[in-house]
Amino acid sequence: MAIATRQFDAVVVGAGGSGLRAALQLAESNLKVAVLTKVFPTRSHTVAAQGGVSASLGNEEPDNWHWHMYDTVKGSDYLGDQDAIEFMCRKACDAVVELEHYGMPFDRLDNGKIYQRPFGGHTSNYGERAIKRACAAADRTGHAMLHTLYQRNVRARTQFFVEWMALDLIRNQQGDVLGVIALEMETGEVMILQAKATLLATGGAGRIYSASTNAFINTGDGLGMAARAGIPLEDMEFWQFHPTGVAGAGVLITEGVRGEGGFLLNKNGERFMERYAPTVKDLASRDVVSRAMATEIKEGRGAGKDGEYILLKLDHLGADVIDKRLPGIREIAKKFANVDPATDPIPVVPTCHYQMGGVPTNVQGQAIMPDGKGGEKIVKGLYAAGECACVSVHGANRLGTNSLLDLLVFGKSAGEQVVKDIAGDVVSMPDLPADAADKTMARLARLDSASSGERVSEVGAEMRRTMQAHCGVFRFPDSMAEGVKKMLEVAERAKNTYIQDKSKVFNTARVEALELDNLIEVALSTMISANARQESRGAHDRSDFPDRDDVKWMKHTLWYKEGNRLDYKPVQLKPLTVESFEPKARVY
Amino acid sequence: MRFNIYRYNPDVDAKPRMQFYDVAMEPTDRMLLDALMRIKMEDDTFAFRRSCREGVCGSDAMNINGKNGLACITKLADVREPVEIRPLPGLPVIRDLIVDMSQFFKQYHSIKPYVVNDTPPPEKERLQSPEDREELNGLYECILCACCSTSCPSFWWNPDKFVGPAGLLQAYRFIADTRDQAVNERLDNLEDPYRLFRCHSIMNCVDVCPKNLNPTRAIGKIKDLLLKRTV
Repeated sequence: MAIATRQFDAVVVGAGGSGLRAALQLAESNLKVAVLTKVFPTRSHTVAAQGGVSASLGNEEPDNWHWHMYDTVKGSDYLGDQDAIEFMCRKACDAVVELEHYGMPFDRLDNGKIYQRPFGGHTSNYGERAIKRACAAADRTGHAMLHTLYQRNVRARTQFFVEWMALDLIRNQQGDVLGVIALEMETGEVMILQAKATLLATGGAGRIYSASTNAFINTGDGLGMAARAGIPLEDMEFWQFHPTGVAGAGVLITEGVRGEGGFLLNKNGERFMERYAPTVKDLASRDVVSRAMATEIKEGRGAGKDGEYILLKLDHLGADVIDKRLPGIREIAKKFANVDPATDPIPVVPTCHYQMGGVPTNVQGQAIMPDGKGGEKIVKGLYAAGECACVSVHGANRLGTNSLLDLLVFGKSAGEQVVKDIAGDVVSMPDLPADAADKTMARLARLDSASSGERVSEVGAEMRRTMQAHCGVFRFPDSMAEGVKKMLEVAERAKNTYIQDKSKVFNTARVEALELDNLIEVALSTMISANARQESRGAHDRSDFPDRDDVKWMKHTLWYKEGNRLDYKPVQLKPLTVESFEPKARVY
Repeated sequence: MRFNIYRYNPDVDAKPRMQFYDVAMEPTDRMLLDALMRIKMEDDTFAFRRSCREGVCGSDAMNINGKNGLACITKLADVREPVEIRPLPGLPVIRDLIVDMSQFFKQYHSIKPYVVNDTPPPEKERLQSPEDREELNGLYECILCACCSTSCPSFWWNPDKFVGPAGLLQAYRFIADTRDQAVNERLDNLEDPYRLFRCHSIMNCVDVCPKNLNPTRAIGKIKDLLLKRTV
């Protein structure tokens, strides 16, 4: 084989929150580890998280993990797996304290403990009232966390491969994952990184929509790799639309604004969330608030020239509180909305924000898939954590601040499992199949030799328009069916893309074309999974099936690239140690 | 709008050149990054880094009409035409606007950018008063974009020996953290004619920082601490 090959014990793909947390675990183990990342680690999208990371520390008021667990199960609209949710909520306090010990600059209370603020869907005593559970560093919690984790990795001497893009997984006949094929962006060289363990930590793919809070790099690379390797993607129909993206720009305005006391107004100046969620109002969970906003806009009560947005009012907090707790928001509003929130409301709209689905895993980050005999099997050598994984703690709707927690808890547990599996010889270094890189090289060769075809930017734009129009906050049967048809066409067009740039050194046109391949897998899986799910649950709301249907649809979707096949698996309703939370109507 | 952009692709160009682009802007195009992306749509050989598009990841630092800044938060309305865009000064160019930042990160790593505390960690968080925590404001927000260090003449002359404003700002971020126990080692690490004292308070760093941070003030505080230590 002509392609250079290097061997490692473990390869981590991605250096955002979960990748860095996993890398720390591996660094302490004396294993030979490579962490691949297509951007310098501190440029990963975790950096853009704002409001906080949840943990029932109880620093402000009594709290416990069981309440947190209840809120998360309810927030997930009972699609979250209760064993995984218990696992995460029980570990939250230790995870946050550990991060503090790493040097995270959390805001503080007068007694020196970590500052906590209220957030959507987080309540005390099983839904009684909003609770302060979000541990925050101003409105830059993700930035502070990502830098802290990177700094800790500098201390641990983690070996990073910066600006390396993983292109495909290598799997053998038995279905074991043996590493990745990757592109070094600076040189344009392709290399095989063979590994006993491959951990995907590639984040989400919010760039399948036109209006997105996500960074440009959020192209679902790990999902595309998994899909092409025959691994199913779970619950891809569930996308979170964050209630408050800056209208027109998409930039995120944290829910922490409402946590600190801000609220939403329609054009009549009415605080409409009182009608939709009488108990916690603006702090209902995100799917509920986004739907309420979209309803207000649809029914003609939106603000702005064309009634196209909702107003987020926070001037009553006063400039001092805004500067202390929400300084980044003030900056963003001035730059991207031309308003100073200390005096004027911010125009906001529900904006694609987070992918609840992903590569199916267990709580130890091991990728799992149906074994064809009615059970499940572990995909040997493959692990996933963070937004690219579906464990599933977020189910049909994620609670704010649970994503950063997810990164910490499952980044660590996946790292631990990798160490354990390597030590126990559960995973080994089997021979590479002779054709390990053939498909990838063919994909690259096609791009390099194509002298005509479709522009990557145009196919991408068509994909984003299709997803935005046919698979948004509200979903309609005819429109979804048309969306499926259109996405299948777009996917065909993506096979015929063309780039002018054929050079090797830092060819970003090539990178964008390869990213589009991954986005397409994600968009297709989303569209097809959504069209098939005949109920409304969490972030999936369809007009012809307005209610949740626990009899037929309390199950996880699995989408396979091959033939766009769908399969389903049951939701784990049994927690690890406590009683199940039985599904009930979701009222906030 | 008219742009004049530094282009260099070592695969095809013998030497760097400047290239004019005339771009029809849309009403929704607000920031310089929007314009650069429009250019890339027409000419995909044009290479630059970008990610978050909201000024928090630090990818798209570049030299805009002679001054370093982030393309994603530089308003088109605020730049004079033709907009001249070059890579960050003083670092080796890999291609077009993409520079090799190894030297910059090497200096950042050299200040041991992590909290050092060898006491056994308590079961709960280490306590820190709001006032002590406030000391970190204006320091921890750095996004490592390198606008400051690559606008600093001292860093241009001695990028291998002078830590530079970004690294020194972070050095002070850990000195100022009450949880850190390595203040003396940190000061030892900087007490050097080059590492710290090449800063001549030119203050270009303060002028260009897209997050409105003040490395010069932090450097002054380190110098004060060194002085106090000797007397």
